[in-house]
Amino acid sequence: MASEQQPMTIIKPRQGLLPRETRQQLMRLLRYGLGGLVIVAIVWTLLNTGAISTWYGQWGVVLRQALVTGVLVGSVFGLVAMGLTLIFGVLHIINFAHGALLTVGMYITFTLFESFNVDPYLSVFVTIPALFILGIIIQRLIIHPARNAPGHNQLLLTLGLALFIENALLVGFTATPRFIRLSYARDEFSLGPITLDFPLRVFGTTVTLEKLAAFIFALLLTGVLYFILQRTDLGKAIRATAQDKEGAALVGIDIDRISMITFGIGTACVGAAAALVLPFLQVDPVAGNAFNITAFVIVVLGGMGNVLGALIGGLIIGLTQELWVVLPVVLPFPFPSSTKLLSVFIVFVLVLFFRPQGILGKK
Amino acid sequence: MLTIDHLVAGYGDVEILHGISLEVNAGEIVALIGANGAGKTTTLKTISGLIHARSGSITFEGQPIHDWPSHRIVAAGVIQVAEGRKLFPQLSVLENLELGAFVKPAKHNRQKNLVRIFEMFPRLAERKSQMAGTLSGGEQQMLAVGRALMSQPRILMLDEPSLGLAPMIVADIFNVVTEINKNDGTTILIVEQNAVQTLTLADRGYVLENGEIALSGTGDELLQDDRIRTAYLGL
Repeated sequence: MASEQQPMTIIKPRQGLLPRETRQQLMRLLRYGLGGLVIVAIVWTLLNTGAISTWYGQWGVVLRQALVTGVLVGSVFGLVAMGLTLIFGVLHIINFAHGALLTVGMYITFTLFESFNVDPYLSVFVTIPALFILGIIIQRLIIHPARNAPGHNQLLLTLGLALFIENALLVGFTATPRFIRLSYARDEFSLGPITLDFPLRVFGTTVTLEKLAAFIFALLLTGVLYFILQRTDLGKAIRATAQDKEGAALVGIDIDRISMITFGIGTACVGAAAALVLPFLQVDPVAGNAFNITAFVIVVLGGMGNVLGALIGGLIIGLTQELWVVLPVVLPFPFPSSTKLLSVFIVFVLVLFFRPQGILGKK
Repeated sequence: MLTIDHLVAGYGDVEILHGISLEVNAGEIVALIGANGAGKTTTLKTISGLIHARSGSITFEGQPIHDWPSHRIVAAGVIQVAEGRKLFPQLSVLENLELGAFVKPAKHNRQKNLVRIFEMFPRLAERKSQMAGTLSGGEQQMLAVGRALMSQPRILMLDEPSLGLAPMIVADIFNVVTEINKNDGTTILIVEQNAVQTLTLADRGYVLENGEIALSGTGDELLQDDRIRTAYLGL
C-alpha cells in the first residue's frame, strides 16, 4: 500500500560498453584473480627461499605467542562487537558511543578496585547491570526520541554522546592513565590435581592470568548471550524484531520495549568487557576509542547484525593485530612497523572489497 | 464487535483514508474490496495500530483502540495476517509459530494451539525446523495464517491472502478461514482484490474507493450489483 502511493520511478539500465552481467563477471574475475595472484606469489617466494624451517625455528615462538595472545584478546573484541552488532540489528543505529561506554565501565571497575578493593572479576556483577541500566536510560532519553530521524542524524547523535561522555570522564578523572594490577597474577593455583603456575607456559608461549581470565569470561558471557538470544522468549522477540519490525508488532511484541532492552544488553556487553580488560590495559578518558574502531570493523567483518559472526570476527581481528605487530621482526625482508590499528583498517578494506556482506552475512 | 467511525489516516503528508466507517459484527465474515491504492491495507494497518489514526475512532468490543500501541491491540485479540506475510525469515517455522503466541492469553495455550495448526497445515509440521525464508510462497502464507491463529484471534484480519498464490492454494487458505469462522466462531475481516471469491465467502462486504466507502451490502447483493460487476468483476 505504501509503495502504491509513491510516484513511479523508472530505473534506466546504465549504458556501458559491455552488458551488465559480463561486466560483473569481469569484476569478479579481477577481484579473485588479484587475490589469488597475491597468495601464489607469497607461497612461491616462501618455497623458493627454502628457508621456512630455519626461519620457523628462529621465529616460531614469536608467532605462536602472537597467535595465543590474538585469540585471548580477540574474544574480548568479539564481546564488544557483539553488543554493537546487536544494537545495530534491532535499532538500526550505528552506536558511536559504544567505545565511550566501555571507558565508563573501565572507570567503574577502577573505582571499585581503588576505593573498595573489589576484584575486577567480581566487579562484572556491578558493571554489567550498571551499563545495562545506563544503556536503557540513554536509549530512552536520547536514542528513542530520534528514532524517526534520518540515519546520519542518529549517527551524529551517538557521536555527540561519545564526546560528552569522554569530556565528562576527563573532568571527573583527569587525563592521567589509570591502571590496576592484580596481586595474585603471578601466583600458583591448585585446582585439584592440577597446579597452575601463572604466568603459564604453553608450547613456549606465555599465557598471563589476566588474559586467560578475560578469554574464559568473554567466552562464557558470549555463551550466555547466545543462549538468551536462541532459547528465551526475550531472545526470540529480539531476533524477530531485528528481522521484521512490523511482523514483530503484529504478533504483539512491544517494539519500543525490545529496542530499549536490546540497547541495554548491547551496552552491558561493554560493561563486562571493561572489567575484563582493565587488569592488562590502562584507562584514560579516550581508552574506548580503539575498541570502538575495532568493533566497527568486526561488525562488518562478521556480517551486520550477526552475533556469532561478531565472535568469529573478534578472533580474526585479535589475531590480525597481534600478528601484524610481530611481522617487522619475524619477516625475512624489511617490513615497516606500525600501529596495530593499521592492520584493522587493512582488513576492513579487504572485507569491503571481497566480501562486503561479511563472513556470515547474507547478500 | 469492531466499529470504525469516520476514520482518517495516511502516511506522512498523504492522507489516504478520508473518513471511512464500517462495522464488523461478532461471528461474521466481512470483505473489504477495492482496487490498488484504494486504502485497504491502510485500513488494516490503522486498525492494528501500525499507523495512527488522525481523526475518527476504532472501537473493539466497546473499547476505543485507536490510541493503543500495536502490542496491546494484538493482546486484545485483533490479529492481522499482513500483506507480504511479515514472517521472520531467519527463524524456523516452529519459532515463527511460537512467536505467534507471544502475548499472554495465547502463551498459555501454546502447545495445544500448535498441535491444532500442525493438523490444519501438515506441510508446516513437515518443515517445522526449516527457516521460514526458505518456504515456498504458499507455505509462507500458510505459516502466516498459522502464526496469526497461534495468537488466538477474536477477530482475524487477512490482507490479500491470495496475492501471488496458485488458485489451489488460495482455495486451501479460504477453506481454512471459513473453517475457523464456523468452528471457533472467529470473526473475519478479509481484504481482497479477488472480489468474486471473497464476496462469495463473505456475509457482508464493503467497497473502498479512493479512501472512501463507496458501497456496502451483503456478499450476494454486492455480487449482483451492476457497478461492482463492471468495475471489479469485469463482467
